[in-house]
Amino acid sequence: MFDSSTINMILTGILDTLIMVFLSTLFGYLFGLPLGIALFAFDKDGIKPNKTIYRILDILVNVGRSIPFLILLILIIPFTRLIVGKSYGTMATVVPLTVSAIPFIGRMVESSLKEVDKGVIEAAQSMGASNFTIILRVLLSEARPSLINGATICLGTIVGYSAMAGTVGGGGLGDIAIRYGYYRYDTGIMIVTVIIIILLVQLFQAIGNKLSKSLDKRKNI
Amino acid sequence: MIKVSHLTKTYETKDIKVEALKDVSFEVNDGEIYGIIGLSGAGKSTLIRCLNRLEKPNSGSIEIDGDKLEELSEKELRLKRRKIGMIFQSFNLLMQSNVIDNVCFPMTIAGINKKEAKSKALEYLKVVGLENKANAYPSQLSGGQKQRVAIARVLASNPEILLCDEATSALDPETTKQILTLIKDINQKYNITVFIITHQMSVIQEICNRCAVLENGELVEENTVDELFRNPKTDAAKRLIFNTTNKASKLYGGKLLRIAFEETNSLDPVIANMILEFKQPVSILQSDISLIHGRSKGQMLIQLPVDEKIANQMIDYLAKNDSVVVQEVN
Repeated sequence: MFDSSTINMILTGILDTLIMVFLSTLFGYLFGLPLGIALFAFDKDGIKPNKTIYRILDILVNVGRSIPFLILLILIIPFTRLIVGKSYGTMATVVPLTVSAIPFIGRMVESSLKEVDKGVIEAAQSMGASNFTIILRVLLSEARPSLINGATICLGTIVGYSAMAGTVGGGGLGDIAIRYGYYRYDTGIMIVTVIIIILLVQLFQAIGNKLSKSLDKRKNI
Repeated sequence: MIKVSHLTKTYETKDIKVEALKDVSFEVNDGEIYGIIGLSGAGKSTLIRCLNRLEKPNSGSIEIDGDKLEELSEKELRLKRRKIGMIFQSFNLLMQSNVIDNVCFPMTIAGINKKEAKSKALEYLKVVGLENKANAYPSQLSGGQKQRVAIARVLASNPEILLCDEATSALDPETTKQILTLIKDINQKYNITVFIITHQMSVIQEICNRCAVLENGELVEENTVDELFRNPKTDAAKRLIFNTTNKASKLYGGKLLRIAFEETNSLDPVIANMILEFKQPVSILQSDISLIHGRSKGQMLIQLPVDEKIANQMIDYLAKNDSVVVQEVN
């Protein structure tokens, strides 16, 4: 159906997409996880309530989440160039993807931590645990299944965003679909790439669900 | 020793102000099992949570073994809390950690190395009778077993005081009894001072030495459990002890009497003798005779005939009997 160069292009596209999605999720969590913990901790019902800090973080996150990705992509080109040395290509897309993922991940983490039973946190406080211990040993451990679910959702969302990578000369399946399907009316390639994207998201979701479930000790075995 | 003086706690929202605790003072001696009983909303939970400062009182002082909690720095408070164990109505175990890791948790906080913590944890699990559940997860345990794990976890921090926040309220009567027995055992074995709050008089009777009654944030009555049970003075105490709604019986119009039996005399057929003497029927509305602190004790709620004269004679008759304490109930 396709010649070998098309197949090669699609294979490279899969690889590019995987690189972009995993790297930006990884870097996203590097910053988003502490952000989520901070949002949880400084909230008025948190373990270290602080109205001012919470308000600032809250606004920053909301602003970050509001900027359309395509605009962010272009807006932060100088920053991208500073980080990866150039403003185009797959690696250059990882920067805006990460930046847009951070506030999203922060919210996801915050909501996961809010699911943790207040009583358990209180029990830890009654034992004389420091906030650091509570975060590490109670919150992150008790919220583990929910955090993994969040990460799964995040992966799926970033796959969607990564389709816009082509705008700055990045690769990936989404870029192929837009270039061939949208600009050149080559429906065949478009359908194949879109199907591969769907399969990827399905795969991430399936793995995430399974992982979350197998690590959740709340169920009766 | 726990010394609480003039404790006040007020919750304020935009339009309402709730006084959860009003000038509460009491003392708990070392090694004692002290209970506070009250209905929902009386302020019990607020009070017990003030004792390890999960809740900050507005005024008043709490002194535990010579340290005033309100004067401690955050770090000192954390160290102090390690000496004050707490168990909860909802157990509050780490659901994603297995039983032994739950018991190890306070030792991890205290910086004890893993190997030592594990072996100690097994010891404490043996004390609560759950050594064979070390690798189970809390979701696989029954309520009573969860509370046992929570007790083992408390023991792991080697506390001087144990706070029980409605610790048996989620358990069935049989399991409640077992948990209370366990609490009593550790009170004696480790000389841990126990502070209990509950809405169940049976819990107080089962293990407490002394108790206080809390109503609408006020400590209205304090006494030894025996004395409080025999002769409750305040309405709040009476309500909790009689534990009855008298609406139905009011319909008959006859006087209601509460008879508290003393010591071993519960075996005497006091009521039967009275009925034979007066040849008049009385209704027994409630009867509860049980073994408390190894002695037979109990109470009975009876309704006297409508005839006022006979009713008064009956009261006089009962009042003469040393083995019972009689109180009219409204």
